[in-house]
Amino acid sequence: MTTTSTRRTPRPRTGGGPRSQTGVALLFLAPALLGFAVFYLRPMVKGFELSLTRWDLLTDPQWVGIDNYKALLYDATFGRALLITAVYVVVNITTQTAAGLGIAVLMQKVSQSTVVRSLLVVPWLVPNVTIAVITLFILDPNVGLVNHLLGQVGVGPIAFYGNPDFAIITVALVNSWRNMGYTALLIFAGMQLIPKMIYESADIDGANQWKVLTRITLPLIRPILAMVVVVSMIGSFQIFDTVAVATKGGPVGSTRVIYFYIYEKAFQHGQMGYAAAMSVVLLLIILVMSLFQLRVTRAAESDLG
Amino acid sequence: MTDTAHTRRHLRPGRILGWAVLILLIVVTLLPFAWAIRTALTPNAQIFSGDYSLIPPDATLLNFERVLGLVDTKTDLEAGGSGAKMYFWLYLRNSIIFTALMVLGQVTTATMAAYAFARLHFPGRNLIFGLFLTGMMIPPIFIVLPNYVLINNFNLINMFTGQLAPYFLVFPFAIFFLRQFFLSIPKEVEEAAHLDGAGHFTIFRRIIVPMSWPPITTIAIIQAVFAWNEYLWPQLVGKDHAVRLLNVALAAFQEASPTTRPDWAGLMAAATLQVIPMLLLLLFFGRKLVGSIALSATK
Repeated sequence: MTTTSTRRTPRPRTGGGPRSQTGVALLFLAPALLGFAVFYLRPMVKGFELSLTRWDLLTDPQWVGIDNYKALLYDATFGRALLITAVYVVVNITTQTAAGLGIAVLMQKVSQSTVVRSLLVVPWLVPNVTIAVITLFILDPNVGLVNHLLGQVGVGPIAFYGNPDFAIITVALVNSWRNMGYTALLIFAGMQLIPKMIYESADIDGANQWKVLTRITLPLIRPILAMVVVVSMIGSFQIFDTVAVATKGGPVGSTRVIYFYIYEKAFQHGQMGYAAAMSVVLLLIILVMSLFQLRVTRAAESDLG
Repeated sequence: MTDTAHTRRHLRPGRILGWAVLILLIVVTLLPFAWAIRTALTPNAQIFSGDYSLIPPDATLLNFERVLGLVDTKTDLEAGGSGAKMYFWLYLRNSIIFTALMVLGQVTTATMAAYAFARLHFPGRNLIFGLFLTGMMIPPIFIVLPNYVLINNFNLINMFTGQLAPYFLVFPFAIFFLRQFFLSIPKEVEEAAHLDGAGHFTIFRRIIVPMSWPPITTIAIIQAVFAWNEYLWPQLVGKDHAVRLLNVALAAFQEASPTTRPDWAGLMAAATLQVIPMLLLLLFFGRKLVGSIALSATK
């Protein structure tokens, strides 16, 4: 910072040499750097450290080496939590992307009205907690609207959140419903990047709408689609709110996703160290996915460029 | 847009079908909210007697009054409530403070940092930027555990400071997003200002920020939606009524409701009250919001 004060004068040549800008840069970066160091970097290091201890938050932590990681290998609940999370991610991402793509095509072909797009994005604006409470009611086996409607056609009643066979699927589909309009907006935005000329020449060639969709639109939005899928997949892995409010991991642990299990261990069972070890594993999984994302994004850039 | 007279003639039936599907999708999207509002206006007794009429026969505002704490406990219990207090206005105030401060803090620091990364030369620039980028990939739960310990050690549990601290100063995605925009601004304008003797702070305030208003508001809107949705951290460190957010309050209200005969009407009234601010946002900023989402996707 001292370097700037000595070189305050404007510099007509190139707008400042490297050395003089370091001080200014530090000032511009200071708040973000401080926040990053204290609330991102420090906890990252601490998280690893924590994973090597046994700690109930009350007494002093005990160093246990890699015991927590060894215990993870024999923890069937942990394995099950990973499996349940995987089921959630697969069901959520496939249905959400398929619905989002369909809606995006409709936004493009049928109506480009902002009102339509605004209405379809409403559930995404509503917090997960609220969605969980509303769907708990709508999907209730006794007084819920959905079961009432299913009853009219002779189906059910189905305990969507209450049946261990359906509960995680229900959570996944509820979130797909919440996010499909938003996903559609992202894909729709991608479609707008396709030059209109391409469509016009297809028109002249007399290609029908289906051909335009499958031969032009879909291949050209593939990069954006890939990006949307990977980004939402990373988000999907971190499913917590809906489970925490609607099912609390139940019935009989059928919705105990990895985030919820970590949360339970840390804040309900007082096993901070063990929870930290699990979150290290989760971090590794997400890092691998992020590297994958980076590759996809790079591919996307070169495709669109 | 691509519809020439030629294609339009051929697509009549397809277009009608398209509209039909689109309207069906809008109904599926909005029906749960409409049903929540309808239920909020229905007495609990009618819900359990199996009444599914779209307009409740004995519409009442009692459930809203109960949620807003305008009736005594006895009336609440008689109406099927749990007697749990819901200080709606307090939670609404808390949520607004939380959201506003988070957006203000993050957008300010991110804009400044993005300027440094886009325009200033300093040693380790790429390394530091890379670090921020990896910050985007860290699953929140991983840092929530140590951050909880930190906030606990500083006795900031149940304080706005503790609730906001981890978010307030830094939001890596915003830095990344805004930097992209700053890079696309032609340097000539700044160079001219430089020649006139303007320093970096002046250029930042007078040129960069005004020119980047659209992306800045975009990131602010998206961040506001995110802040309004936050649950894991606020429910850990903000259980106290004085700082409790609407989200946390609604979850607690749900938990307090008896499982055998839940207070559906009250719950839906509370949920409706929470949806209203977002609907207002959509009403006033619909176009901007929809545009913001699109913008965030294509950058």
